[in-house]
Amino acid sequence: MARSLSPRRKMMMTLSAWTVALIIFFPVLWMILTSFKTEVSAVASPPQLFTADWTLDNYAEVWARSDYPRFFWNSVVISVGSTLLGLAIAIPAAWAMAFVPGKRTKDLLMWMLSTKMMPAVAVMIPIYLIFLRTGLIDTRIGLVIALMLMNLPIIIWMLYTYFKEIPAEILEASRMDGASLWGEIVYVLTPMALPGIASTCLLNIILAWNEAFWTIVLTTTKAAPLSAFIASFSAPQGLFYAKLSAASAMAIMPILILGWFSQKQLVRGLTFGAVK
Amino acid sequence: MGQITLNQVRKSFGEVDVIPGVDLDIKDGEFVVFVGPSGCGKSTLLRLIAGLEDTTSGTISIDGKDATALPPAKRGLAMVFQSYALYPHMSVKKNIGFPLKMAGMDPAEAEKRIQRAASVLNLTNYLDRKPGQLSGGQRQRVAIGRAIVREPAAFLFDEPLSNLDAALRVGMRQEISELHQSLKTTMIYVTHDQVEAMTMADKIVVLNAGRIEQVGSPLDLYHNPKNVFVAGFIGSPKMNLIEGPEAAKHGAHTIGARPEHITVGDGPWEGVVGLSEHLGSDSFIKVDVPGIGIINVRGSGELGVHHGDRVKLNPAGKIHRFDANGLALA
Repeated sequence: MARSLSPRRKMMMTLSAWTVALIIFFPVLWMILTSFKTEVSAVASPPQLFTADWTLDNYAEVWARSDYPRFFWNSVVISVGSTLLGLAIAIPAAWAMAFVPGKRTKDLLMWMLSTKMMPAVAVMIPIYLIFLRTGLIDTRIGLVIALMLMNLPIIIWMLYTYFKEIPAEILEASRMDGASLWGEIVYVLTPMALPGIASTCLLNIILAWNEAFWTIVLTTTKAAPLSAFIASFSAPQGLFYAKLSAASAMAIMPILILGWFSQKQLVRGLTFGAVK
Repeated sequence: MGQITLNQVRKSFGEVDVIPGVDLDIKDGEFVVFVGPSGCGKSTLLRLIAGLEDTTSGTISIDGKDATALPPAKRGLAMVFQSYALYPHMSVKKNIGFPLKMAGMDPAEAEKRIQRAASVLNLTNYLDRKPGQLSGGQRQRVAIGRAIVREPAAFLFDEPLSNLDAALRVGMRQEISELHQSLKTTMIYVTHDQVEAMTMADKIVVLNAGRIEQVGSPLDLYHNPKNVFVAGFIGSPKMNLIEGPEAAKHGAHTIGARPEHITVGDGPWEGVVGLSEHLGSDSFIKVDVPGIGIINVRGSGELGVHHGDRVKLNPAGKIHRFDANGLALA
């Protein structure tokens, strides 16, 4: 039964929701505002939320000083590439776990997820050395592999959840209808799980786009994505907050726009299967 | 052709023997119904024939060839599922045409077959719709259409009507029977509804705990049940089964009398009417007979007996006798 809220209670809840949302959004808002300030007003004490001398110079300078399109393109290749490669591995894996589970399938799923709990820095040295010796350092393919492996447990978990929602009888029907395993996955499973696959893609593109630890550790110049681009503005000459903010805004803008337009899909995907 | 032979087919899930070992011959063109209570293994047996489950041991032959190890697609069988199992993202036309696409059939020939199946099943006007836009009966027809386009060696039906309402179920039951008459293809039909079994089958296979209790024509099973289980399972309302001194009088451990074979009037059993249901064409009454128990009686619509009446019953119509092991006595 739907619970009806009194207008007063409803207002309180709306107010609380807005407060929480604003607290979460505040650092981003601060960064965007700072990106339009001069370096002097950016570090003014006490800090000012608004300033009188708005400027676009930071963006112009950041654009002129660095090769933004290259960083942007690297981010696109790395996030989309790692997601697609992840899907290619995760779809068959999740299919097997959802439809032909073994005795240890649940344990395996938990183990995969537990690897996400390990601090990345703990394996930094071995992974760095492996990448160095295999020539994967500062290559897009190297980062595609690294980020794919990093996000693979999440991709498999999400797809597993979506696949579990698909009635096994429909897949059996396709088998009776003469579909091979490949036919079953391509013609029946994938189209039926498409909304779930789309949400998984989106979430993983966002995760890969925002990833900053491995992208900075494993790249120098050639394959560096936007996260490294931001980091490059906090180096040798000191910290220039306004320029750093402009660079950060330029780095997050594409993914923010993508997230904005796909938020319905994302929320639907993340809560899929939670309510029957 | 659609001759199916099961030879000592066994299926176990871990330690549990679901099908302890079944032998069965299904002739080409026969309409065979597997019937039994929930959990008796009838659906498992059908899935073993379909290839959706692997046998633990034993062999399944289709048209004389060993099909035990063949995948479902290679057995030449088509199956209609309880939940219809239609592809929700495909139109009716694509659903029906899917097996033909998988078989790599020429699109022109596939189109012809789809149109023919749609016309047989009155689906021509719905070909562009998605399954979600169809009623339960129409969905079931699409599932049947998907099965018939393949022209399979045999059709397998897994409780196909149990999701339909009562009126639709009667209609679809007749449609499936008519389809069998016109196609003359072997059909294996699983149901727990013995009315479906009695009305549709050439041959009924009664299963209990994974074992075949009896195989025979519907009337054979009705008139000559081999044991107490079949006697109690076939027939509606259920046969009255009586043990104790009353059975001993007939030289048996258990006696059975069908409700429709007991007459109200003069007779050796006397009791008080409990429940009485008058359907117009029939009357169903439950009579509490001291020393015997509750006896179900089916009489004519004009029986005129009501709750609380004292009546005498005569089981002279036909008495079935069973020994202590539940087996029928000659």
